[in-house]
Amino acid sequence: MRGYLTIEQVGKTFDTQSGKFTALSNVSLAIEKGEFVTIIGHSGCGKSTLLNIVAGLSRATTGAVLLDGVSVDEPGPDRAVVFQNHSLLPWLSAYANVRLAVDKVFGKTKSSAERDEWTKHNLDLVHMNHALHKKPDELSGGMRQRVGIARALAMQPKILLLDEPFGALDALTRAHLQDTVMEIHQATKSTAIMITHDVDEAVLLSNRIVMMTNGPAATIGDICQVGLDRPRRRLEMADSLEYARCRKQVLQFLYERHAKAA
Amino acid sequence: MTMTMGEAAKPARLRPWLAGLRLQDKARDCALLVVPPLITIGLLLLLWQMLCSQPGASLPPPSKVIKDTWQLISDPFFDNGGTDVGLFWQILASLKRVCIGFSLAAVCGVALGVLIGQSSFAYRGLDPIFQVLRTVPPLAWLPISLAAFKDSNPSAIFVIFITAIWPVILNTAVGVRQIPEDYRNVARVLRLNGWEYFFKIMLPASVPYMFTGLRIGVGLSWLAIVAAEMLVGGVGIGFFIWDGWNSSLLSEIILALIYVGIIGFLLDRIIGFFGRLIAGRPI
Ligand SMILES: Nc1ncnc2c1ncn2[C@@H]1O[C@H](COP(=O)(O)OP(=O)(O)O)[C@@H](O)[C@H]1O
Ligand SMILES: [Mg+2]
Repeated sequence: MRGYLTIEQVGKTFDTQSGKFTALSNVSLAIEKGEFVTIIGHSGCGKSTLLNIVAGLSRATTGAVLLDGVSVDEPGPDRAVVFQNHSLLPWLSAYANVRLAVDKVFGKTKSSAERDEWTKHNLDLVHMNHALHKKPDELSGGMRQRVGIARALAMQPKILLLDEPFGALDALTRAHLQDTVMEIHQATKSTAIMITHDVDEAVLLSNRIVMMTNGPAATIGDICQVGLDRPRRRLEMADSLEYARCRKQVLQFLYERHAKAA
Repeated sequence: MTMTMGEAAKPARLRPWLAGLRLQDKARDCALLVVPPLITIGLLLLLWQMLCSQPGASLPPPSKVIKDTWQLISDPFFDNGGTDVGLFWQILASLKRVCIGFSLAAVCGVALGVLIGQSSFAYRGLDPIFQVLRTVPPLAWLPISLAAFKDSNPSAIFVIFITAIWPVILNTAVGVRQIPEDYRNVARVLRLNGWEYFFKIMLPASVPYMFTGLRIGVGLSWLAIVAAEMLVGGVGIGFFIWDGWNSSLLSEIILALIYVGIIGFLLDRIIGFFGRLIAGRPI
């Protein structure tokens, strides 16, 4: 099993006060270039743990992750992360937050004018060109998340990692951001892994939906291939048989096969 | 929506009147800020005057303070050599000592604070020592520093240093420790090196905490300098007060106390101002 990104037999065990806790075991997945994959599962099953391993922010206890043939063992801008709570630096404007990343990644290869342009271009992609000089606390939650996405895109990563990026947003804002993410994916052909707990979001955005079993020792329970053409339009989905099939498959997995008492 | 329409519909001749009203508003805000303190100060002076005007009062009333010290108030710049110099020079001498001692404390305090905030080994090793040393009263350091430096001026500066450094260290350390994990992760994804991390993330994220420490530190230094100068002598507002006591010049002492209070207040405000300037937000 070889892909652009290969997750091979990954397991993660935490040392806690009450002894060892195995969060993940035996997770294997191959992702092709240009694919948009979502990971869905009940809260606490280990989705963030898996994403952090791919990002290099945390080390796998067993197994390995390969990106474009190279083993991943530390974080880097080729695996840009969009964090759940945006994690913009509050003392920098939207522009400066993105520019920090651009300067770091392209400081040696692009001129200052090119970096300025590239920063603005990426903020443009997420429709934030009207608020370049606003600080994060002057922006709404959705706008902050847009800037977070622009910062990640601006690193021109090999793969984009999104950890429940819309989890804290209201339904309408969420829908707008989903549309933006679809536009960007269409335009840049980027490869992405996104964690979500929203079934409709997963079906609308993904090429494949990876469903995780409940922890401890969570692993991949099932994978749903979404056979919908792109570009996808939210409204047309209501009548789509394929959409309904995928939705049902995921719902059944989450609420019948791996229901969680909560 | 209705609000904006209402604004637009206002007849033009109302505008100058509105502008005048706004100016009046400003004047009123200003008056609200200035008038209450003036009233309380006036009342306190009055009370003091009444209490100390009775026969047998041991302290001079404000009218006598002003009369006795008019020379000092009106000419702060005279210089008759030795310690017989105007209040401007006395205060300047004290401020110089505070400035040197406090600057050293700020630099060392921030460095040590970053160290124990960053490294839990350094924290475990140094924090207990700091916690004990910081409770030592400033003046208790004076004999030791006199013995070490064999000179009064560096000793006074050392006392300032050792007084001001603790709040700077401890607050900086708290500031560094509270940097959210998310910011560290951003730095890791971007592969910022040590210096970039220090200047682009750690410093801006902890600057409000540092300035809280610096503000407390400058206040303590000013408290300590007056006491230290009383003991070591020389030109300086502390020794001026001590000298006034030895010569029974109560009015001079009272005037000096007022100056000390005002300078202390200004020092606090100046540090606060720089903090706001650097952090770009209120502290
Ligand atoms: N640093 C850690 N130390 C110990 N346990 C952890 C740590 N991080 C996560 N866990 C545990 O691992 C499991 C998976 O967490 P996480 O990946 O955050 O779940 P989610 O799917 O909600 O993102 C949880 O039970 C959590 O308590
Ligand atoms: Mg999570």
